[in-house]
Amino acid sequence: MSAVIAAGEGTPPAEARDDSPSLSTAQAVARSRRLRHRRAGIVIAVLSALILVVFAVSLMVGKTFYPPADVVTVMFGGDVPGATFTVGRLRLPRASLAVLAGLCFGLGGVTFQTMLRNPLASPDIIGISSGASAAAAFAIVTLSLGSTAVSAFAIVAGLVVAILIYALSYRSGVAGTRLILIGIGMAAMLNSITAYVLSQAAQWDLQEAERWLTGSLNGTSWSQVVPVVVALAVLTPVLLGQSRNLGTTQLGDDTASALGVRVDRTRLIAIVTAVGLIAFATAACGPIAFVAFLAGPIASRLVGPGTPLLVPAGLVGALLVLVADFVGQFAFGTRYPVGVITGVLGAPYLIYLIIRSNRRGGSL
Amino acid sequence: MTTDHRLTAEALSLGYGDRTVIEGLDLEVPPGRVTAIVGANACGKSTLLRSMSRLLAPRTGHVLLDGKEVHRMPAKQLARTMGLLPQSPIAPEGITVSDLVGRGRHPHQGIFTRWSAADDAAVADALDATDTAGLADRPVDELSGGQRQRVWIAMALAQQTELLLLDEPTTFLDVSHQVEVLDLLTDLNRRRGTTIVMVLHDLNLAARYADHLVALAGGRVHAAGDPTAVLTEDVVRTVFGLDSRVIPDPVSGKPLMLPIGRHHAIAPAGA
Repeated sequence: MSAVIAAGEGTPPAEARDDSPSLSTAQAVARSRRLRHRRAGIVIAVLSALILVVFAVSLMVGKTFYPPADVVTVMFGGDVPGATFTVGRLRLPRASLAVLAGLCFGLGGVTFQTMLRNPLASPDIIGISSGASAAAAFAIVTLSLGSTAVSAFAIVAGLVVAILIYALSYRSGVAGTRLILIGIGMAAMLNSITAYVLSQAAQWDLQEAERWLTGSLNGTSWSQVVPVVVALAVLTPVLLGQSRNLGTTQLGDDTASALGVRVDRTRLIAIVTAVGLIAFATAACGPIAFVAFLAGPIASRLVGPGTPLLVPAGLVGALLVLVADFVGQFAFGTRYPVGVITGVLGAPYLIYLIIRSNRRGGSL
Repeated sequence: MTTDHRLTAEALSLGYGDRTVIEGLDLEVPPGRVTAIVGANACGKSTLLRSMSRLLAPRTGHVLLDGKEVHRMPAKQLARTMGLLPQSPIAPEGITVSDLVGRGRHPHQGIFTRWSAADDAAVADALDATDTAGLADRPVDELSGGQRQRVWIAMALAQQTELLLLDEPTTFLDVSHQVEVLDLLTDLNRRRGTTIVMVLHDLNLAARYADHLVALAGGRVHAAGDPTAVLTEDVVRTVFGLDSRVIPDPVSGKPLMLPIGRHHAIAPAGA
């Protein structure tokens, strides 16, 4: 520290100094950056491999076991008695939706958490998933609409909820804590709307209720999978394009602007794409509890601080949904919907976060 | 390397909501020099700095960089010429020093461009200049206040701008760290010719370290120029509403302001 104070008069100007210390600093900077990148690369590779393994296992394992050869044959359009239906029509769409919806929840969740600089600001906590879910339930159960219209309903509702929370918490600037509290209230209100919609349905069935309240992959068909694929294909590149800007906004709005980020524009793009991803996934399988909330923090622990989180968080989301669905189906005597399992995982973390933020002095 | 980027404000009015903070202000920042802006609390010092760095749009008037309106310049282009260190920047939890300083490279990178050797060199240079290279792999949240401020300045340096604006860079620092930070900024100005504009609340440190002192009062520039000409008992009375004695600073030869309160004065006020 004293070196700087001494640097005033006595030291020769930087240009005149020996170049070697600066060179070694540059090498040290490059090395620590490469180490961060390598860690992120390894995490992404391992997560992808795990997703592939669990995906393969969930195609093979079930009431009947099909060996890998049968699964591969079915996937390439071949015919295996029994497996063609069970694997091709039941297990494959289900596992695919698990991966795709998990990606959506992970990406959407971490976007909100990064943008509002708070792990509690995830769309499934602040009511955006609940809004999309209530709209989807209304569109399907009450209006009997098809999947495109349902997705449209869900995304509009998600955006409306996002705008409402933002407007209600706006008081010369948006404070994170106020936004989160208003969002939690909004989520509770929207969940009761979903419950009301379901109770008014002509044929009320448990499967539907499970799906729209906690999220479920039961009875997934290809028609539910397609809109999610489209949403991911369109929205993910847009979101990834904002990744660096989004990372820079974490330094505060003023610093980010001074670094050349158009903060409002970045935020708008991020909100619209994240709400889109969440809403499309929710329209397909309901608001799978806490996946959006958990994926970012888990990914952050894995890759270390300061590293872009979008891709790792998406992969963590996919893995979470895949594993939770598999566990829900087979680990217990009865089959539980995936949202029950993720809910059991997420709730303790929510409690931990609230306790920790209270210890730090009340502010979320 | 001396810069001749000219930053000026013309007939500038600024405010938030119903409140007007700056009204009809004209200001010229001398290129290649250190400018300090001083004034009473809530006189609009920070507001002015925010507006000069494009964070706040003017109600009327202009902020011009080389004759071009800063609020119309492309964001990244402006960020390659002018950097700003706000009063309370946020360090993401757990981020390391070299990672944070690397964020200063943002305006030099496109969406899909890879990190280059020039980026590494700029970060290393910024770490060396602020004597923070030894902290490079430490998490920012573990550092002391003085170290942290030097890291933030390093981030602004990695941006490699010829103009650097700083909003109260010495707040929350004890006196030795205040001097350390101001010495560091002076080094930058002397060695690289970086034009520095900073808001300071300590009048005496401002007079000592600035080549050009700007005193704000009533939303305008009340006095501007060489500190010896600007820091006078009359100016202190108008700007701060305070009686004072101004004597030559025995250390620097610059003016030194001694406030006169209701107590502890040996001679009657103004003697």
